Amino acid sequence: MDFNLSKEQELIRQLVHDFAENEVKPLAAEIDEQERFPRETVEKMANIGLFGINIPKQYGGAGGDYLSYIIAIEELAKVCATTAIILSAHNSLCCGPILTYGTEEQKQKYLVPLAKGEKLGAFGLTEPNAGTDSAAQQTVAVLDGDHWVINGSKCFITNGGQADVYVIFAMTDKAKGNKGISAFIVEKDAPGFSIGKIEHKLGIRASATAELIFEDCIIPKENLLGEVNKGFKVAMGTLDGGRIGVSAQALGIAEGAFDETVKYMKERVQFRKTLSSFQGLQWMCADMKCAIESAKLLVYRAAMCKQNGKSYTEEAAMAKLVAANTAMDVTTKCVQLHGGYGYSREYPIERMMRDAKITEIYEGTSQVQQMVISGRIFK
Amino acid sequence: MKIIVCIKQVPDTTEVKLDPKTGRLIRDGVPSIINPDDKNALEEALRIKDNNPNTTVTVISMGPPQADVAMREALAMGADEAILISGREFGGSDTWATSYIIATAIKKIPDFDIILCGRQAIDGDTAQVGPQIAEQLNIPQITYVQNLVVEGDKVIAQRQLEDGYAVVEAKMPVLLTAIKELNIPRYMTPAGIFNAYKQEVKIWGFADVPVDPEKIGLKGSPTNVNRTFSPEAKGQGIMLEGADRASVKKLVDCLDEKHLL
Repeated sequence: MDFNLSKEQELIRQLVHDFAENEVKPLAAEIDEQERFPRETVEKMANIGLFGINIPKQYGGAGGDYLSYIIAIEELAKVCATTAIILSAHNSLCCGPILTYGTEEQKQKYLVPLAKGEKLGAFGLTEPNAGTDSAAQQTVAVLDGDHWVINGSKCFITNGGQADVYVIFAMTDKAKGNKGISAFIVEKDAPGFSIGKIEHKLGIRASATAELIFEDCIIPKENLLGEVNKGFKVAMGTLDGGRIGVSAQALGIAEGAFDETVKYMKERVQFRKTLSSFQGLQWMCADMKCAIESAKLLVYRAAMCKQNGKSYTEEAAMAKLVAANTAMDVTTKCVQLHGGYGYSREYPIERMMRDAKITEIYEGTSQVQQMVISGRIFK
Repeated sequence: MKIIVCIKQVPDTTEVKLDPKTGRLIRDGVPSIINPDDKNALEEALRIKDNNPNTTVTVISMGPPQADVAMREALAMGADEAILISGREFGGSDTWATSYIIATAIKKIPDFDIILCGRQAIDGDTAQVGPQIAEQLNIPQITYVQNLVVEGDKVIAQRQLEDGYAVVEAKMPVLLTAIKELNIPRYMTPAGIFNAYKQEVKIWGFADVPVDPEKIGLKGSPTNVNRTFSPEAKGQGIMLEGADRASVKKLVDCLDEKHLL
């Protein structure tokens, strides 16, 4: 086994670290406070080519490896979880399924501008009554001559209202349950497509989370993604990849909070000693460090399984379960170690704790990950 | 157009700590970076290339094999070619010997138009290698460049002075040293990074650079460093407050005492 990153991966980490420190970190508190989608950061990320790290060159990407992309999410999440999820939702949930299931025409038309960052992507599966039970889709698509007519709505859609291209799911055969779902590519200006309610959230507040509304929405026949009635497979396969992205986000949040806390503990003096010299607090940090490194190994292993074309459903589920749990646990302890200042918005720690919570919920709750993992144990 | 950019890999001094007992730098575990002013030099070369598509940018450095990563970073930013002058024989060279070696290597690169260097490296802070390379090559030099225009066969540079700038024009080939006010260096790109490791970093050893062995390394270095030390921190300044006659008199007295009036 080789636990070393490649030289390319090291340079990717350096690049995204520098970018995050200079361009992302200075905005993190402000966009959280204002619940403002950081359009300017998206543009900067596009300019240096962060949106297509792992997309093949022939489709406008950098032709890099999957772990490099995961490292990029991790580095962004260290300073701003919102910015990290913009990239993850775009790449894992929109570029991913088009790359895997799209036709050559769809790749040229949609994947190329997405990978170049000229267009932003999103993914719409969740509905008000189809969350964890994603097979209970109520959005319907009907083929009418040379186009599909879609009716229904989606909720909690990351990058919603900001994205140009949406991969969405709808029932094409209601009688067949999850074997009657199909995937589609919808452009933002498709007739009958509109953005509804924008969510106000506990964390990742600058991430656009929106309702998508389809009222006799018309899209071309050729925008079916994959085969008719095979959309559930597209959704589940896509979410497996998305989970690695979210696990990297969770890992980054934990690392970022931990780094801030170590710095604070070296400076903060109580009882004429720095916090870092109290053994009880040192041991809390030792435990956090172990949890972070354990999560990192699972996240990177899941990424390598995907990279190497191996099955990664279970690995991704374990990575996300452990990393999300670590993010919540570490950030909570980091707030504690900051004391009153940790609860105040003067320091970034309370934001990181609020941001951590979503990693236990979206792209499959922790309980769904436990279902996936235990399902493999007792199959 | 052909541009050569001289870069140096240096310890990131923002991460360096001083040993409180010996006063020496603790270099263990300190990351290495491209010297910041050298990045400005590279950025300027890349900007010239952006505007003149027929431009090639060659990055050249002298250092240990570990400097490879700095060369890759330069390639990932957009340089076309990277040459690392590396060999035990070159070790221990001071600025004089270093500029002799680099100038000798540059003579092997025909028809260059501009050599861009950083003003100075953050590890030694001498600001000598750039100007010495120009002297060795017998070409004009403009140091402390804060703005640059390339026009035909000449360059027009703003050379930073303490209280302003001078506009200096020179015919190419010319050597320029960049300061941080010149530009903001670009980031690497992911595509650039993946390509950088597919490209070759040329290693030029002792056998590849036709230098006089007596003029390089420790024995070719006239500089003797007697001692290095951190300058003592200045004491706190004096703050005078108030707008009355007495305060003004006090201020005048203070300045007078220091012979500043």
